[in-house]
Amino acid sequence: MNLSQARERYVRTGGVELCVAELGDADRPTVVLVHGYPDSKEVWSEVAVRLAEQWHVVLYDVRGHGRSTAPKPLRGGFTLEKLTDDFLAVIDTVSPDRPVHVVGHDWGSVQSWEFVTVGRTEGRIASFTSMSGPSLDHFGHWIKQRMARPTPRRVGQLLGQGAKSWYVYMLHTPVLPELAWRGPLGKRWPRILERLEKVPAGDYPTASLPDDAAHGAWLYRDNVRARLSKPRPDAYAHAPVQLITPTGDSFLSERLYDGLESWVPTLVRRSLPAKHWVPRTRPDQLSSWISDFVEANESVGGDGVPQQPVPQGPYAQRFGGRLVLVTGAASGIGRATAFAFAEAGARIVAVDRDADGAARTAEMARLIGAPAAWGEAVDVSDEAAMEKLAARVAAEYGIVDVLVNNAGIGLSGSFLETSAEEWKKVLDVNLWGVIHGCRFFGKQMADRGQGGHIVNTASAAAFQPSRALPAYSTSKAAVLMLSECLRAELAEKSIGVSAICPGIVNTNITSTTRFTGVDEAEQDRLRKRTSKLYGRRNFPPEKVADAILRAVVRNQAVVPVTPEARGARLLSRLSPGALRSVARLKPPL
Amino acid sequence: MTGTTSAAQHENTPELRGFREVQQLAYACAEAVAGQLRSGVTEREAARMQRVWLRERGVRDWFHLPFAWFGDRTAFSGFKVPLQFFPTDRRLEPGMPFILDMAPVYKGFTADVGYSGCLGLNPLHDKLLADLEAHRELILREVRERRTLREIYEDVERLMTTQGYANRHRAYPFGVIAHKVDRVAERRWSPRLFGFGTQSLKGLISDALHGHRDGWSPLWSPYRFSDHPPQPGLWAVEPHLGFRGTGAKFEEILVVTDSKDPEQSAFWLDDDLPHVRRWAEEKVAA
Repeated sequence: MNLSQARERYVRTGGVELCVAELGDADRPTVVLVHGYPDSKEVWSEVAVRLAEQWHVVLYDVRGHGRSTAPKPLRGGFTLEKLTDDFLAVIDTVSPDRPVHVVGHDWGSVQSWEFVTVGRTEGRIASFTSMSGPSLDHFGHWIKQRMARPTPRRVGQLLGQGAKSWYVYMLHTPVLPELAWRGPLGKRWPRILERLEKVPAGDYPTASLPDDAAHGAWLYRDNVRARLSKPRPDAYAHAPVQLITPTGDSFLSERLYDGLESWVPTLVRRSLPAKHWVPRTRPDQLSSWISDFVEANESVGGDGVPQQPVPQGPYAQRFGGRLVLVTGAASGIGRATAFAFAEAGARIVAVDRDADGAARTAEMARLIGAPAAWGEAVDVSDEAAMEKLAARVAAEYGIVDVLVNNAGIGLSGSFLETSAEEWKKVLDVNLWGVIHGCRFFGKQMADRGQGGHIVNTASAAAFQPSRALPAYSTSKAAVLMLSECLRAELAEKSIGVSAICPGIVNTNITSTTRFTGVDEAEQDRLRKRTSKLYGRRNFPPEKVADAILRAVVRNQAVVPVTPEARGARLLSRLSPGALRSVARLKPPL
Repeated sequence: MTGTTSAAQHENTPELRGFREVQQLAYACAEAVAGQLRSGVTEREAARMQRVWLRERGVRDWFHLPFAWFGDRTAFSGFKVPLQFFPTDRRLEPGMPFILDMAPVYKGFTADVGYSGCLGLNPLHDKLLADLEAHRELILREVRERRTLREIYEDVERLMTTQGYANRHRAYPFGVIAHKVDRVAERRWSPRLFGFGTQSLKGLISDALHGHRDGWSPLWSPYRFSDHPPQPGLWAVEPHLGFRGTGAKFEEILVVTDSKDPEQSAFWLDDDLPHVRRWAEEKVAA
């Protein structure tokens, strides 16, 4: 399905004719998509077709944009009051009896904030999903609060947003913006979007862009100064709001939404590592969040509270509903990581060669907040099995948003006593497991072209040489370098890659580590002894999991966890000689 | 010394009957107080309710005064010093797990019980409670096999790790999963030291002294002093699971004897307890 198959009609209101397109089953709840500036309804084409599988999707060209006619005269024809008239006219036509779910991007969101905060639309809006467009009234109060008590932080926030709003000042100059848009800027705009905003090339923007942009300048001129100087004191939302904030937005600061809870009784926050044009760059994620929110608000109980509780916690807005795959998830760091993502509301695929352990992780993940979780029994060193897994995950659960290549085994003992077989085994799991994961799942991520993140568990042993761990350290150093190279390559696809380097963490890796060149009894003694030492150090895997989530949110390249790992990392750069002398010490086992 | 007489009549010796009676009384108290807990009740109030309930029914001395833990305090999150075990002004909220833990002395017999529940629905808490059953079976089986207490402790911990949980009884003083309980002389006046009855402490310390000479300890811990087979007597066993801010435990008396018959060498004092009934009901429902 695409937008050209939409049912089109024209709605006449207030002296203009609005072009309205409809997709999907008209008996389903209605989702109205409102576009921004300088756009037309085609900005939603990717999102609309995805939503249409489940909902009755309605898009319209805002007056003066796309195939809707412009008011005459232009000045005074774009006030928020008139835009609200248009909106009411559209929804009265497409969904006369049932409240609609509104979704707005950029100026579409600015006007939808007006719709959802004025009295005359009450009862007509069931929910509102806002992205990259604040309410001008809230914005006005935001500025006033900061001017009234200008602490250094608040001044910083004002200046930060002030700098990001440069284009708003430009648009207030007479005539020049129109000349630019109808001239060189209009011609170059698609290239600019592609280069700076990473918007994929294609049938967007449409040919009407120069006119849309020229007309749309009046959106700013008719509203911005008036509203920011005299914001309405009663701009409270009368419907639940889902706020999706792209963290890389060049035009809007994330700080704009501080304190939004005081205006919106039911607010769900989401954040997305992306730039401004999310409807073009992240359609999958947007449509799944919109669908979830619409569904939650369609199934509200008698008390007005959605039946599915929304996960709370510091990472919930970032990972809610996303698909996370963790290898080595039956124990230790992998299991703790799966749980941490589950608590944030992510969907979990727990992979381990221990089928029971993986299933157990999935079961517990569902109990602590994962909307769905699955256990998969796969050996990461088995290429064919990993390829099959990737195909199955893509087919049944979707494309992975966060991949955590964590599975690893330990091998200790002198180099000269390590057999080729043992070398192969440790490299197969620790290095090839990561390579297979990155190849199959990373490729899917890159092909989708909507970003993602890969986390590889390396180790402090990746930069701390040691006579006791030659094979293990080699495998982990390779993982570290692989992560760095991959990070460079995948940056242009908006896929982040992080290497996590834990030091001594209390997990069961010690009780499965192989010690070379000793008999079974000694093997057993060494395992017990190291387990005891690691237990005494008692650094919990939960803290590593926390570092992993933080690394994804901040897109960090290399993250040493535990003080000893941070110390080793520092020394490896300042004074590698010191590390070399440490490497010669025999561990006290 | 209790529990060292011949095994066959064990079930019905007056001694065991006395212990069973006080354990039943303590669990009845836990169920009664749990039934009265409402949103907004504090830990202090819950502890006080247990104390009053048991005093009204003739309890005058304590092994330790009642404890109550709510919310993430059931998993001892962030506990650094023993004082944090004492009840606080934390208020109970809907969906919150709670644990009531009390050790009354009644007619000279001691019980030490732990009751886990939650206010309203909490599927995670239900799961933790259900998973405790495996620990009750494991402990009894390995005590009958006469494994050393330290080994059993490690096996319990291993099972918890496999289940995905953290061992939270490690947070108790000396990290104990169990301790011995015994008869206590009834005195008119028994002061308390940090919530522990001095008469009971006296018994525990004298056991510790005797045990030290004979190579055993009344504290069942992960340390070397527990590296011995189970000592005959009554042990209050309290495996405690923790999972990301939710904790659950049970505590009840395990009778260990010197009988050669494995069945009689160790058994739970009483199977008619809330958590055991709950597991049985779940099995019937399934």
